[in-house]
Amino acid sequence: MQLQKAKEPFKFYTRLNLTELTGLFASNLRQIVRHIKKVPVSSIYHHTHRFLQQRQYHSPEPPNDFAYWISNVLGEKELSEQLASIDMARFSDINSLRNAIVEIIDLYLKKNFLSGFRHLEKNEAFCFMKSVSFILPTSYVVTDLKEFMEALKNITTDSIYFHTFEARLRIGRETNDFSDWIKYSIGNKKLADEISRLDPYTHTLEELRMVMIRLVEKQIGG
Amino acid sequence: MAKLEEYIPIVGKPVIDELKLLGQKLQGKVIQNINSTAVGGGVAEILNRMIPLLKELEVDARWDVIKGGEQFFEVTKKFHNALHGKHEDIDRRDFDIFTETSQRNAAELNTYGDIVFVHDPQPVMLVNKRSGNKWVWRCHIDVSNPDQKVWKFLRDFVVKYDSAVFSAPSFTQELPIRQFLIAPSIDPLSDKNKEIPQQAIDSVMEKYKIPKDKPIITQISRFDRLKDPIGVIEAYKKVKKYVDCRLILAGGTATDDPEGMAVLDEVREKSKADADIHILLLPQNDIEVNALQRGSTVIIQKSLKEGFGLTVAEALWKGKPVVASNVGGIPLQIKNKYSGMLCYSVDGAAYAIKQLLNSPQYARKLGENGKEHIRNNFLLTRHIRDYMLLFLSLYHGEDIVYL
Repeated sequence: MQLQKAKEPFKFYTRLNLTELTGLFASNLRQIVRHIKKVPVSSIYHHTHRFLQQRQYHSPEPPNDFAYWISNVLGEKELSEQLASIDMARFSDINSLRNAIVEIIDLYLKKNFLSGFRHLEKNEAFCFMKSVSFILPTSYVVTDLKEFMEALKNITTDSIYFHTFEARLRIGRETNDFSDWIKYSIGNKKLADEISRLDPYTHTLEELRMVMIRLVEKQIGG
Repeated sequence: MAKLEEYIPIVGKPVIDELKLLGQKLQGKVIQNINSTAVGGGVAEILNRMIPLLKELEVDARWDVIKGGEQFFEVTKKFHNALHGKHEDIDRRDFDIFTETSQRNAAELNTYGDIVFVHDPQPVMLVNKRSGNKWVWRCHIDVSNPDQKVWKFLRDFVVKYDSAVFSAPSFTQELPIRQFLIAPSIDPLSDKNKEIPQQAIDSVMEKYKIPKDKPIITQISRFDRLKDPIGVIEAYKKVKKYVDCRLILAGGTATDDPEGMAVLDEVREKSKADADIHILLLPQNDIEVNALQRGSTVIIQKSLKEGFGLTVAEALWKGKPVVASNVGGIPLQIKNKYSGMLCYSVDGAAYAIKQLLNSPQYARKLGENGKEHIRNNFLLTRHIRDYMLLFLSLYHGEDIVYL
């Protein structure tokens, strides 16, 4: 079967992260929510997305640092569960995600007034950090789905991460880059939609790679 | 020394390709590392392995060492302890010795780098020479609770740098400059961490007369109170009541450290009635450390204080279940009950060891998870990547950088 050539080639980029320390600490629930309201977007991003790149395997920890600290250090399991189960895939920008986190903690504090004052020592405090992202082109450039699939097999998980998360959340693209290219440049809406529907937050990056490869394979009969 | 290509089977080709991409972005920049010793100690060890790899990535990385006499290093040792939070008698004369030696070094050492990368407090004052180039201070010490007199003295120089780098979030300080978090790493191809045949493990066990008839608990650390070897023996004794096992306490020679010898004497005294406790005063022999770790059933690191605690990463990399204190950088390496067990006390350590000895499948799973966590986050290749990003960050102030 003759494969559809893309109107525009797809260039794979990668995104590498350096962690910057902000010098801000929180020792109780009131402090953490106060800081969450004002820290840079890159800090909210770091604490809600860091685990995706550092965890390449299934882990029982809640999928964001706020939930992890609130559970394991403050011992507020119920609040932690609420934060851990935020449906992150529905947010297309970090400030909306920030607002959702703040709303949950504020509401919890209203109902559990004393929880806000439990104070911890510095060694247990929450340390706010932020991600400095470096985006750079890789050598992979593809013009059809077969080349796309081969590249998917070889790029780093950082590159998968960039095209599925970073582009959407921090750079403000509507969907992930892969779906966007497959839909508009290849003209395969069905495959684009299938990839777009994947919830990247509930897969490891390696799983995401495998699922996407299978979807493309099915399309091109590979 | 290992070549870049040799890391491909461990981390994958794409990771090495990314390092090459970053290396290209640093071409034309001279990175000048400066520390206080060319041999011995963690900083020299990491630079010895990292500089050749950076060169292979076509990054012009170089390394210079400051000079300092006996008095200077006595003072810097005191500084080191004080920054760790230990009480030290430090007076004006100590600061004068530090300043005079630093001034001599500043006069003699050419700080030619486009980026001058200064490691630890000993060369910190060189920043007074800065003129148009970029300067980064890399702190390898746990400064979460430093002696304020020493920290305030050093801080006056640290603030003159462009950025500072710390190993764990809790080490961060209030500073008007950018601060980055870069964890240290282990080299999977070094003698201490590379794969070795079972025969090599057996021969080290035979050499030290350690029978393999019982499960073996091991702590590899110098004989230092902060590593709590006495606490390890107490935990072992609690375990031994229920599970017959052996204990290995192995550490480097400490002949130049009077306190180390005293601790070793105490440890020997405390263990002399038990033939299943093996106290090994090891020479610097990485292969033997490797073999002892691989030959053990459970690794323990019951430190009261740690910088980063890379012995934990070494043990996890070998797929071993680890019980370690929740101090310093250890919680970054172990998620409790997932990639190891964290403890706070002798009782907690004993309880965790018993669990692991009685549930080998659970112990194996923790070890497997731990190994993958180290592969993803604490190998030398990640460390090199972070350093290259750090160097690039000196030319970009924004949070999203397009290269």
